[in-house]
Order: sequence, then structure tokens, then C-alpha cells
Amino acid sequence: MHRFANPARFLKIARPLTGWLFWPGLSLILAGCFCGLFVTPADYLQGETVRILYIHVPAAWLGMAGWSGIAVAALMQLVWRHPLASIAGRAIASPGALFTAICLATGSIWGRPTWGTWWEWDGRMTSMLVLLFLYLGYIALANASARQGQGQGGVSAATAIFGLVGAINIPIINRSVVWWNSLHQGPSITLRGSSIDGSLLWPLGLTFLGFSLLFGAIVLMRMRTMLARNKIEARMQRLARG
Amino acid sequence: MNQWAFVAAAYALALFATATVIVLSWRAMREAEGQAEDRPRP
Repeated sequence: MHRFANPARFLKIARPLTGWLFWPGLSLILAGCFCGLFVTPADYLQGETVRILYIHVPAAWLGMAGWSGIAVAALMQLVWRHPLASIAGRAIASPGALFTAICLATGSIWGRPTWGTWWEWDGRMTSMLVLLFLYLGYIALANASARQGQGQGGVSAATAIFGLVGAINIPIINRSVVWWNSLHQGPSITLRGSSIDGSLLWPLGLTFLGFSLLFGAIVLMRMRTMLARNKIEARMQRLARG
Repeated sequence: MNQWAFVAAAYALALFATATVIVLSWRAMREAEGQAEDRPRP
């Protein structure tokens, strides 16, 4: 990973990679949403609301994967002092928070016609809400450290530690439907297979991959923005010193 | 209860939020990279 520690080398790869992730991601999302809305049949129990699955599941995955990315970046920042790790952590936070919020909102919209309630304080939903609050706390800490000139455009060591400690919530979210009685259904897709019928499942593959690629493109855009701002800042400081 | 109304609301919200973050990220990147390249070197 230290081969990419040089921002110039990283940007040489990130510039073309942004487009390579963005356009296939967008195409897969549009195809997956179209097929999920108009091609697959309605579920015999849930009816048409099953179609919300195609955006809710990728959003949940990205909310959790985003925080896992923050934790890995924090580890790389604290242990190996990788110069891009803190920038990566900060770049992941906002899209991660957004997809967590989308997961909560779409789950709530699905819950009203299916369960008869917008919200239930059960293990899965509450731990996902905690994840959203963790993201908001991380973003606030990252912005504060950036204002104080710590982290060189990324995040301070204290913010990185917060990112690392917050990762404890990820296995809790994952196992919540097993550990506690919940309105939320148990794991539908596991390594052993899926309890969802194949006729309903396949567009989920398209949106899952599409949103993942798009998330990668957004993170790269945000990293490029931070690196460019660092460059401007360094130039301004050189000019100020004369 | 019309189920399609809930489906439409969920898709509209998710796609609008995703599109917004893409546009904001892309504009911020273009602006920052433009400034980083254009500013005269000392």
C-alpha cells in the first residue's frame, strides 16, 4: 500500500479510475432499478413493496462497508502513518452516512405497509441508527481537526481512534437479528445460499454492484478534492512566507 | 393502501440523495482541481 503513499502516484491511478467506476456503476444501478421495478414479479406475501429491497440492501451494505473502510484507514493512519489513509477515512465518511440514512429511510418506508409501523426500537434498526450517529460524530470530529490544521487535510489521530472504536458496532449490526428477537427478518443471504427466490434476487446483484462501484467513485472524487485543496493550501503558505 | 406509492417514495428519495452527493462531489472536485492547476506558481 505504501507504493500509493505518494499523492502524485495515487492521482495518476485515481483520475482514470473515477470514470471507470462511475459509469459502469451508474449503468448497473439504472438497469437494476428498472428490472427491480418493472421486470421482476411481486412477492406473494409482501406484494409490490419487495421492490424496495433493491435499494435498501445495497444502502445497508455501503453504510456498514463504509465504516469498515474508515476503521481500516484509521488503522493504517495510526500504525503505518500512511499519508493517504486519513484522507481516505474523511472521504468515506459523508457518503457512508448518506447511505446509512438511505437505508434507515427506505427501511422505514418499507416497514409502514409491511409491518404496520414506520419504526420499531429493535436490535437491527437501533444499531443502524447508532451507526448514523457514529458517522455524524466522526464527520464533526474530522471537520474540527481540519479547522485546527491537524491531519493535513485528513483527520486527527483522535478522530482515527474514534473510527477504530466505532467499528465494534459493525458485528453488532450484522448479528443483531440473530442475538435479539426482532421484527426485522433474519439473514436472507448467507454464504450457504439465499432464502430469496431467484426470480426476485437477480436485480439485487445489479444494484449491489452498481452502488458499490458508484460509492468507490464518490470516495475517489472526494479524495481528489482534498488532495487538490492541500496543494492550494501548501502553495498559499509558500507565497505567504515569500 | 397503495403499495406503489411507498415504492415510488423509497426510490425517489434514494436516487435523489445519491444524485445530489454525486453532483456536489463532482463540482467540488472540479473546482478544487481547477484552482490547484490554474493558480500561478510562486
